[in-house]
Amino acid sequence: MFAGFDFGILWANAPFLWNGILLTLQLTALAVTGGLLLGVVLAVMRLSSVKPLAWAVEGYVNFLRSMPLILVIFWFYTLVPKLTGRPVSGFYSVLIAFIMFEAAYYSEIIRAGISSVRRGQISAAMALGLTRLQAMRYVILPQALRNMTPVLLTQSIVMLQDTSLVYVVGLRDFLTSADIVASRDNRPTELYMFVALVFLVVCFSASRLVNRLRRRYAL
Amino acid sequence: MGAYNWNWPILLKEPYFGWIVSGFGKTILIAVLAWAIAFPLGSAIGIARTAESRALRFAGTAYVDLFRNIPLLVQMFLWYFVVPELLPSDWGRWVKRDMPYPQFLTAVICLGLYTASRVGEQVRSGIESIPRGQRNAALAIGLTQFQVYRHVLIPVAYRTIIPPLTSDFLGVFKNSSLALTIGVLELTSQARQIEEYTFAAFEAFTVATVLYCMVTGLVILIMRIVENRTRIPGAITVGAS
Amino acid sequence: MIELKNVSKWYGPFRVLDDCTMGIAKGEVVVICGPSGSGKSTLIKCINGLEPFKLGTITVDGVSVGDRATNLPKLRSRIGMVFQNFELFPHMTAVENIVLAQQKVLGRDRASAEAKAQVLLERMGLAEHGAKYPAQLSGGQQQRVAIARALAMQPDVMLFDEPTSALDPETIGEVLAVMKALADEGMTMMVVTHEMDFAKRVADWVVVFDHGRVIEQGPPKQIFEAPLVARTRDFLSHLGWHGESTAEAEHATRSAKGA
Repeated sequence: MFAGFDFGILWANAPFLWNGILLTLQLTALAVTGGLLLGVVLAVMRLSSVKPLAWAVEGYVNFLRSMPLILVIFWFYTLVPKLTGRPVSGFYSVLIAFIMFEAAYYSEIIRAGISSVRRGQISAAMALGLTRLQAMRYVILPQALRNMTPVLLTQSIVMLQDTSLVYVVGLRDFLTSADIVASRDNRPTELYMFVALVFLVVCFSASRLVNRLRRRYAL
Repeated sequence: MGAYNWNWPILLKEPYFGWIVSGFGKTILIAVLAWAIAFPLGSAIGIARTAESRALRFAGTAYVDLFRNIPLLVQMFLWYFVVPELLPSDWGRWVKRDMPYPQFLTAVICLGLYTASRVGEQVRSGIESIPRGQRNAALAIGLTQFQVYRHVLIPVAYRTIIPPLTSDFLGVFKNSSLALTIGVLELTSQARQIEEYTFAAFEAFTVATVLYCMVTGLVILIMRIVENRTRIPGAITVGAS
Repeated sequence: MIELKNVSKWYGPFRVLDDCTMGIAKGEVVVICGPSGSGKSTLIKCINGLEPFKLGTITVDGVSVGDRATNLPKLRSRIGMVFQNFELFPHMTAVENIVLAQQKVLGRDRASAEAKAQVLLERMGLAEHGAKYPAQLSGGQQQRVAIARALAMQPDVMLFDEPTSALDPETIGEVLAVMKALADEGMTMMVVTHEMDFAKRVADWVVVFDHGRVIEQGPPKQIFEAPLVARTRDFLSHLGWHGESTAEAEHATRSAKGA
């Protein structure tokens, strides 16, 4: 089945492919960081007692979750330069798109994590004389973090896979770089199988690690 | 927004209006056909993962691990560019030359098999959430394994997983947009095309966005009704996402 | 020590608490009983401000609970509370549970807080279990740790919200024994419970609750042997109480049926 394929082409284009991998990693790292920060802000707003704030965030989250990520990428790719009035590199437009998109998912995970802590825990903490802030810090958040960390990590692995969608705006991540080589030298099989294999190994190992973490720290 | 010339009426003119309609139609068709593959296949995989047989469990887990750890876009390229090369030469030739609607069919198969892995996960967790005692009680009254699944486990499990399944069904609609990378003219690609021809980016993308939101809203509504109709009296269920 | 006057709370037409008036003096043990859903839990949670109320006053040692100016955390550190579901913090060991509030609210240093925790655990008969997590302890053990956690704050009064309702019959006894010992030492206690035996033997005053209002209150002798209100009689007989101890009542019923 694999006769006639030349896997040496991978070695020949290694530097080019490596740059693609770097871009994928960069984009993922920045998007995860930005998404988490924004996600925390959104979750806090969603849990606050200020109703309009909570509704606004709920609307934002539901809205972003109704749309395909590709469409969101197109939106920000065309919008960001228009809004800032200057030409913005594709990388930054796409990064903003990813941050805004992932923050919606992260905020839901964070909100669920905090809500999953039993109500009685807050009562018990406050009955001892702890202030709201102390109760949050020593009783609620430690438990919430244990619950939500595996889910947040899993979502980040999903994010790593989602970055491949930058293909639609031509950003040279791992997949797009491989695609460029594949089209140029007419060797799709070797390139795409390589990309698939790398993702498979990385994501599978990462998921296994997350599972082990979950088992160790489950409450 | 600076010097932007709004041009909503252009969307109602041909050929742009026709593009939107056909794009939307393709999106729905891809999603429905992919789900038609994903639901039965995913159910089989989910059930296999809860079976007594170790081989079945391993096969199911392997399937899910394979399809969940490779990005969907990479899978799409593999199906479209690589699989025809790997098939025995007669089949390969047919796929490359004589198969009708190659891009469309490839997208449907890719999406269907990927979503099956997600459905498999939901079905598995739904069945596993039923206490072991139920299975034991059913076996104790003399039911076969098949009957245990058919009459005891599946009716309860599927009711439990309606909310996450809804989520995955919506996911199919959203993921249909990936078909544009192999040339299928679904909704998002049509919006992009209108933008390239008319520079009415905002208008074109808004229409696409509104249509996706409408589909999402409609599906969630229908699923709520389904959930209410099939609810077991007295049981507590989780709300839809 | 604690005074409740005309305390009321409602949601639209539904009256959770209706004009409740009662009091508890220092060193007294007051038991609140009544059918499920009668509002007893809500009432006791109003005393330390965990539940708000709409009308009336609650004063604890002169401090008004409903007053906006009151420093609630400070007040709560003087009131100990034990919950039906124990509510131990699952991510901390038994000792850490007992130490947390001592450090963060009372400002004690870690060493003395841990020493006090160990002393209390010994009093509860749980000296070797200090390093265990709640999930590793039985229900009765968890509740005793919860009592120790509350006692570590050296409260002036202890509130118990159905402390044994979530326990198996075998472990109820060990928790009630701890509570009786506390009462014998002179702790001021308010206990919401269904354990009528405990009420009869330990309480100085019994308050009977129904549909959010106090239908009768008095010394145990009055409530259990000669209640003034018919509703009280109904409620007690539902619990198997016929003016004698439950065991005797069962025996009487059995011989009447000609077993």
